Amino acid sequence: MIQIILILSAVLLSLAILISLFRVAKGPSMPDRVIALDMIGINLISLVAVISLIQETTAFLEVILLLGILAFIGTVAFSKFIEKGVVIERKRD
Amino acid sequence: MSANEISSWIIGIIVLLGAVLSLISAFGIIRLPDIYTRSHAATKASTLSVMCILTGAFLFFSIVEGLYSARILLGIVFVFITAPVGGHLISRAAYHSGVSLWDASVQDELNGKKQKQPSSSARESNNG
Repeated sequence: MIQIILILSAVLLSLAILISLFRVAKGPSMPDRVIALDMIGINLISLVAVISLIQETTAFLEVILLLGILAFIGTVAFSKFIEKGVVIERKRD
Repeated sequence: MSANEISSWIIGIIVLLGAVLSLISAFGIIRLPDIYTRSHAATKASTLSVMCILTGAFLFFSIVEGLYSARILLGIVFVFITAPVGGHLISRAAYHSGVSLWDASVQDELNGKKQKQPSSSARESNNG
């Protein structure tokens, strides 16, 4: 019964990823796509957690932390690129 | 019912709540009209959903398996800190790159401030 609940929530998370993938494809401006990609990253974290609950293993717990860090770094880099045109600024003198 | 069974039911309910919240957030990102309302939906609801699911995973591994995983706790804290910051940064980038608001929105206070000081981007580059 618990397995059925966990599999149901994995299906719901996959549906959420699919819907936000539609926003990535359609989104009228660039920041729309970045927000949708950030949300896909966050949903992937929860999907990894649910799958490690289904399989009852602790082997995937590093993946959770790593995906969180990578999603944040990607969002910050994209927003700097959209706002200023460069990701890493040159030092002025 | 044994204590293990009751706690696994509670964990299942928490995880299902997180998944439903994530689905609500996805519907918000598909239905809402402009980018600022969409970032409102994507940031808040999906942060709460991932925190629910990670809390469920931490409770499962600590009660049922007897393993206290500090990595899941670090993941919860990190997502809770960084997801609103990411939403703020991308909304700010959207405003400064000229993405327009929804037609029905009536208040835009930042626009008045930008016209009062027209060289806001130059001022930022002087500061940074």
